[in-house]
Amino acid sequence: MHISEGVLSAPVLITGAALTAVAVGVGLKKMDYDRIPQVAILSSAFFVASLIHVPVGPSSIHLILNGIMGVLLGFAAFPAILVALTLQAFLFQFGGITTLGVNTFNIAFPAVVCFYAFGHAVKHKNSVIALCSAFGCGFVAVLLSSIMVATSLVFVEESFVQVARLVVIAHLPVMIIEGVLTVFCVGFLGKVRPEILGG
Amino acid sequence: MIREGFSLGHSFIHRLDPRVKLVIAILFSIVVAVADRFTVLLSGLLFSLVLIAMARLKIREVFYRLLVVNGFILLLWIFLPFTFPGDTLFSIGRLTASREGVIYSLLITIKSNTIILSCIALIATSSITTLVHAMRHLYIPDKLAHLFFFCYRYIHVIYLEYTRLVNAMRIRCFEPKTNTHTYRTYAYLVAMLLLKSYDRSERVYNAMLCRGFKGKFWMLDHFSLKGSDLISGTVMLLYIVGLVFLQWGKTIL
Repeated sequence: MHISEGVLSAPVLITGAALTAVAVGVGLKKMDYDRIPQVAILSSAFFVASLIHVPVGPSSIHLILNGIMGVLLGFAAFPAILVALTLQAFLFQFGGITTLGVNTFNIAFPAVVCFYAFGHAVKHKNSVIALCSAFGCGFVAVLLSSIMVATSLVFVEESFVQVARLVVIAHLPVMIIEGVLTVFCVGFLGKVRPEILGG
Repeated sequence: MIREGFSLGHSFIHRLDPRVKLVIAILFSIVVAVADRFTVLLSGLLFSLVLIAMARLKIREVFYRLLVVNGFILLLWIFLPFTFPGDTLFSIGRLTASREGVIYSLLITIKSNTIILSCIALIATSSITTLVHAMRHLYIPDKLAHLFFFCYRYIHVIYLEYTRLVNAMRIRCFEPKTNTHTYRTYAYLVAMLLLKSYDRSERVYNAMLCRGFKGKFWMLDHFSLKGSDLISGTVMLLYIVGLVFLQWGKTIL
């Protein structure tokens, strides 16, 4: 889901950086000092989980989990994802410094959208509603992210359309798997520790 | 799993003040990312290569790092030459590659690798702890710095927890396949990981409170700018300014 360095143009980079700066500012403001360890440790769990490879037919995908992050963290997902992506850029040179803004926004914005859209519904007493919204949470988060990645590519150069389309299509199986995983994951958390979803 | 291999070294680059390295890396990345002239990019590439050589990193590892990161670029090479409008360069069957498309792909490839090489040379040669420290000296928000410290610290711990859970799964003969059982198991793995992390964060915070934490991290060691830091920082800065003039000289003057 990372866009590499050197691909995007200045207007896209600046827009991404500005949007991320504002959103991270809001996220930090909303996050009290006593929540810092919790946000940070979930952020590192997110980092580690993104190293998990799940098999799909002959190949495998790695998890993104921005839906669950959103439900657990709300607006604090912005700083959490910024930190995780910065560490990835510093440690593995995935993504990079100039694309940090765009990449953070593309992953964290869907997370926050999922928080507002599904955050309450996943705790619903009616298990059908809860299951459906958990699936929606995982699915929509990845769908939105891939559409945003595609859009940022098309804004740079119109002939990126093919690549952009491929990005969205390639993420279709990821969306379904993230949806299924989110259903099980949220179900498990709801049974074992319901208050964690109170977020 | 996270070995900061490049940060272990004693070259001139390793000993530079991390603040200087961070600022230069950011400025250089931005300039290269928005430049579009081949002369500028090739001069930039030269700059990165010189830095890599000065840092005396293992070439094989640098090369491997580049290979991994170039996956996305490869994808662009498959599509861009054929979808970019322009003069025909060659054609395979019904597909025609345009000269402009190939040039554009080449531009992106050089840009991307130049930036990555400079980041390997300037950023990966410091440990994360020093980098976060440097960021605090460069006035990033306090809360963000706290997040960095905690997050980096706990990546290791949580990774250990993750390997423990994976081992437990292996002992029970878990074999990943494309089926619901696999996805359910992975979902429980992630949920367990989140749960344990959540519990740990509460214990950590309570332990901090017991030790008198009042929402402030004190910086104990401060960096000091040496003469060599100032000189090399200025030289690198001048080179970047040179690149800016090479790219936009006509419009500025």
